Amino acid sequence: MSNKKLETGAFFQRDRQWHPPAYTPDYKTSVVRSPQRALLSFDNTLSEITGPVFGHSILGELDNDLIHNFAKPGQSAIGQRIIVHGRVIDERGKGVAGALLEFWQANAGGRYRHKREGYVAALDPNFGGCGRTITDEEGYYRFRTVKPGAYPWPNGVNDWRPAHIHFSVFGHGFVQRLITQMYFEGDPMIWNCPIVRSIPDKAAIEQLVAALDMNNTIPMDARAYKFDIVLRGRRSTLFENRVEGN
Amino acid sequence: MVQKLEFLKETPSQTAGPYVHIGCTPNFCGIAGVYEADLGVAMVNEKTLGERITIRGRVFDGTGTPLRDALLEIWQADSNGLYNSPSELRGAADPNFTGWGRCPTNMETGEFVFETVKPGLVPFNDGRSMAPHVSVWIVARGINIGLQTRIYFDDEEAANAQDPILMRIEHKNRVPTLVAKREGSAFVFDIHLQGDNETIFFDV
Repeated sequence: MSNKKLETGAFFQRDRQWHPPAYTPDYKTSVVRSPQRALLSFDNTLSEITGPVFGHSILGELDNDLIHNFAKPGQSAIGQRIIVHGRVIDERGKGVAGALLEFWQANAGGRYRHKREGYVAALDPNFGGCGRTITDEEGYYRFRTVKPGAYPWPNGVNDWRPAHIHFSVFGHGFVQRLITQMYFEGDPMIWNCPIVRSIPDKAAIEQLVAALDMNNTIPMDARAYKFDIVLRGRRSTLFENRVEGN
Repeated sequence: MVQKLEFLKETPSQTAGPYVHIGCTPNFCGIAGVYEADLGVAMVNEKTLGERITIRGRVFDGTGTPLRDALLEIWQADSNGLYNSPSELRGAADPNFTGWGRCPTNMETGEFVFETVKPGLVPFNDGRSMAPHVSVWIVARGINIGLQTRIYFDDEEAANAQDPILMRIEHKNRVPTLVAKREGSAFVFDIHLQGDNETIFFDV
């Protein structure tokens, strides 16, 4: 929330060679859902520089605890217990305070709790699969959950998603809005996945792979993975190009 | 050698996937009891200032089929042209207006609906006014990076004609893809991801 020194500059331009392009035919759904015309570029205006900021008052006590936030009293979700933690920073390396993170995932068997999902793996009656939190003054966040399973999806005949957690991130400006996916260190499925491979640059893919972090485990309870998220940096407002006298 | 510029790379985007609702609108997809209400459902309350409007529409793929698994977010100024954001330095926005809304497309019909107010004028960077507009962000299965666009209004013809963003669009026949059409009490804004009527998307 408190953005120590109030910043109002435009955001750095997105490097669209680093992000996945819209049209990635090995990920079949992208074929008819990708614009064919060029994007219209213009410098950020007030409409892009501003964005919603959420207070801690929206959060419930268990919002960042997926092991318990859907479980019946006294029960907990089944699976490998993990802590996911990290820091939201911007391209200048500055912590992004007050950033709302929302995450969602399948259960330990790779099954999502969703009407449209028909995978044979069973639902866990004590696992919902959603959580959220807000970064602290330095940009740090944490939540606990169970490690999601891999699951098959109707793309190729035998395509499986690697274990992953979806992240939705709000920074301070609406054009910092980002949705991405976190993968787990050492998962061999990462490199086969057409959704992962929609990202052209191997180094960019590696930015989505969380490291096993034994220093932050809770012994006899949960292992930890560290996942830092980088949002667009913003320019300093050194000089503004306003019409004189305006 | 010159001095080194030390910048990090932005975390790359990935598709929101077909189950985006689980994380962003859990109540909508039947996950009850975790959050009281889905975020972004209510932008206005009974005290909100300005003209109440409904914005509805659908998102079509390149075959003309509506997306029934998309999620839209909108961001706009209040009726006085002020944003409810810490980066808004011109004054305090209407405390009864969030400026931000989120709506999944209907799982059967593909329709999205926002109950909001008509935004006021917001200055462009050189001091000219931008016509009333609403910023839109669209994610879905098959969309690798969120698509950004704007909604303008067809009853703001004079302001639209002077809008610095609309004015710079080279292919004038594409401008109407950014203009919502009034139908009764609602503005209809259909989005075409691909093809002949492709909506103009931004790199901002």
